[in-house]
Amino acid sequence: MTVFLDSLSFMAAHLPLLLAKTAEHLLLCAAAIGTALVIAVPLGLWLGHTHRADFLAVSISNLGRALPTLALIAILIGIVGLGFANVFTALVIICVPPVLTNAYLAVDQVQDDLVRAGRGMGLTGSQVLFRIELPLALPLLFAGVRTAVIYVIGSATIGGVVGAGGLGDLILQEAYYGLPGVIAAALWVAALAILADVLLYVLQRAVTPSGLRARPALP
Amino acid sequence: MSAPPPVIPDYGEPSECVRANGPFCLDWFLHEWSDIFAPALVQHIELTVVAVAVGFVLAFLAALAAHRYRWTAGPIGGIAAFLYILPPLALFELLVPLTGLTVLTVEIALVGYTLLVLFRNILTGLRDVPPAARRAGVGMGLTRAQVLWRIEIPMAVPAIIGGLRVVTVLTISLVTVAAFVIDAGLGSPILKALQSPFTTQFVASGALAILLALAADGAFVLLGRLLTPWARARRVA
Repeated sequence: MTVFLDSLSFMAAHLPLLLAKTAEHLLLCAAAIGTALVIAVPLGLWLGHTHRADFLAVSISNLGRALPTLALIAILIGIVGLGFANVFTALVIICVPPVLTNAYLAVDQVQDDLVRAGRGMGLTGSQVLFRIELPLALPLLFAGVRTAVIYVIGSATIGGVVGAGGLGDLILQEAYYGLPGVIAAALWVAALAILADVLLYVLQRAVTPSGLRARPALP
Repeated sequence: MSAPPPVIPDYGEPSECVRANGPFCLDWFLHEWSDIFAPALVQHIELTVVAVAVGFVLAFLAALAAHRYRWTAGPIGGIAAFLYILPPLALFELLVPLTGLTVLTVEIALVGYTLLVLFRNILTGLRDVPPAARRAGVGMGLTRAQVLWRIEIPMAVPAIIGGLRVVTVLTISLVTVAAFVIDAGLGSPILKALQSPFTTQFVASGALAILLALAADGAFVLLGRLLTPWARARRVA
């Protein structure tokens, strides 16, 4: 157990290093998540709005879960080489499926009655999407983003094997930082994931239309 | 007396593909199958089966408890969600000081990741049984335990299988990360190949992990059909 105490003193002694690595970690994750959202959200919303390709949208998420990040990073070495670009690409690939599937399902499951009521009031297709479907879809869409963000923050640690920076660097270089360093970085990244989850939960509550808030979803 | 000719072992000639480090050299893969890939694949399957089986038993008991005593659902779900959030590599490393670089460390972490989805799916399946079916059982004079085993659990099978599919695929993916802690599973040849980028080795290992996940997913779909013959009968009718 003393190693956990040692890791605390490691944190105290190497605070600037940990902060710098955390900044790298967050930058990598933010870039990957941002890119994945730009790809997946519009596509998922459009597919859900048109009720198209449901088989594709759902099986993509199954396939995405089956992709081991480590294998992806390894295969990408042959395509984009080492470093930031490699892990960035891998993270975008694993982040797209959960967001895409949830965005699709979120819009697809909006009650037909509401959509028809909107059309009956003379709303155009895009007005139906943005004024009716999107607000009702936001909680489920956010749940997908939350899952994806947690997954990306965790997976980014593996990026250390190809020198992408971030907290994985500390975790994977035990020879250099010692076990206390590894444990310190592991605690740090775990705290980061929990913090992100809590923040996203608060955001999710905030964007949920008040009419839907009465029925809280499972955690 | 002349010296005997030196004995040079004949390793054969590397193929053109291996010399050029091509993306995937089938001849090398087949040659190394029994030495590298088959053992790694078997270890991968063993680690996954143990984790999913233990996780299933724990989640099943927890779900039964939460089904019987509703107030326990919140705390159990909270603990499972907490374990699920922890980054895999971090959780593996955090367990190392406690249980060492052992299979136990890996299994504890893997089981931890299965709990949330399994618990949630099993509990939802049990709760979603139509009240009419439950009342019919009570009316026929079944005891509480009989209602559980003969009505609620069979009707929850689709939800349970759904949870097992998700969890098995997730575990297969996570076992590759376990190679950072123990020298086993398909992650191990990937990590070794990263030292001297030999493409075939990590492409083959990664592809095997993905194929294994897809095969396991398909197997659970078949199992679900076998366990719920009534669902198929209804569809035909």
